[in-house]
Amino acid sequence: MKGKLVATVIAISVGLFILVGTLLPFPILVPMRLELLRWAVIISSAAVMVGIANLISVHFQKVRRREKNSIYSAVLILSMSFTLALGVVFGPNGEWTQALFEGIIFPVEASLMALLAVTLIYASVRLLRRRADLMSIVFVVTAALTIFASISLPFFGEIPLLGDVIGPWLTSTLAAGGARGLLLGVALGALTTGLRALFAFDRPFGGK
Amino acid sequence: MNQIVALALVLFAALLLLALTLRKRKSPAVFREIAAFARLRRAAGLAVEDGSRLHVSIGRGSLLSPRGAASLSALALLRQIGEQTSTSDRPPVVTSGDPAVAALSQDTLQAAYQSAGVTELFQPNSGRLAGLTPFSYAASAMDVARQDYVSTNVLVGDFGPEVGLLTEASERESATIIAAATDSAAQAILFASAAEPLVGEELFAAPAYVGADPAHRASLQAQDVMRWLLILGLFVMAALKMAGLP
Repeated sequence: MKGKLVATVIAISVGLFILVGTLLPFPILVPMRLELLRWAVIISSAAVMVGIANLISVHFQKVRRREKNSIYSAVLILSMSFTLALGVVFGPNGEWTQALFEGIIFPVEASLMALLAVTLIYASVRLLRRRADLMSIVFVVTAALTIFASISLPFFGEIPLLGDVIGPWLTSTLAAGGARGLLLGVALGALTTGLRALFAFDRPFGGK
Repeated sequence: MNQIVALALVLFAALLLLALTLRKRKSPAVFREIAAFARLRRAAGLAVEDGSRLHVSIGRGSLLSPRGAASLSALALLRQIGEQTSTSDRPPVVTSGDPAVAALSQDTLQAAYQSAGVTELFQPNSGRLAGLTPFSYAASAMDVARQDYVSTNVLVGDFGPEVGLLTEASERESATIIAAATDSAAQAILFASAAEPLVGEELFAAPAYVGADPAHRASLQAQDVMRWLLILGLFVMAALKMAGLP
């Protein structure tokens, strides 16, 4: 109970200090704010180690209990240990470490990205079957118009009217306006959520 | 000038939030019905009844970045879901892509179990770090979504386009999807792939709709008041500009 109270007091004090230091232009607050942010970065780095230990623990238990697909967990633990060993021995910029990134990690992530493109096309096709309302029709028509406005056909080039008038109007007027509206709403939500944490109405760090 | 406007906005929001939270109301505030939240409440109840599991994925928003607000809101929602499903035979599993948020998700779940009086049922590994890069996070969370007995995937927080892989995995398992993100690309993907997508600031309304905490409800009301003031301000400024004033 006492620990939670201390955590709450520290979190609120630091949060208030950072907020005041950001909004009020007092020169004395700037170095203190930067120092506190440096501490936060160091603590986050320690959190990465804790997170990785948690990840290993979860997958180790899956292997130990011989759960379904636990072979993947074993592969994860082995490859994680191998990558860590390579990083420790040759350094993060070493030839072997870089080869591992460029030969395995980047291609795997790129193939997931390609898979995502296919998934999205499939989702768009199914959208009207799943939810045939006005907004879905507007969504599909806008996406189709934007795609056709950005392509150029062989021999013809840009599609007349669509490529030079409708496409730019859609992206710079309608889409930009809508995106700004969404961003303003998200900003207001972020502001009130931050204030709730600052007033300790929400205390993920202290058990509420 | 910008700093003064920001300071005024923060002070106004803080006073409004405090006033609305501490105000004694005769009846609880009534909000418009949002289908996704009704479905989430139903899914939480069903998970307890039929012994299925909820997978809550709270994204990759680092608390050191502006995206951390989405993670804080997702943690507040997790607290509500944790309390409602803590007595289920299969406790909810939480995945995140940021180590600090993963640690907080464990703390939040533990607090929810304590609040429900079933501390002994809490399992620390229910809150886990899924991966540190967007696609490693998605791949790991997809694995959890495909596990047996996951009946509902709640994807609420800071996601990028990789959220499309999660919704696809969820749909393959015929699980219910409740999804909200702050990133505009992720919102477009969720609109196309989720049955009941939540758009824009609806992510921040989730704790108020799922629980009954006065601070969450006041926060939603404060957002509404500020939104209307902002709309009014935009109209006034547009009118002034049209009239030729600087």
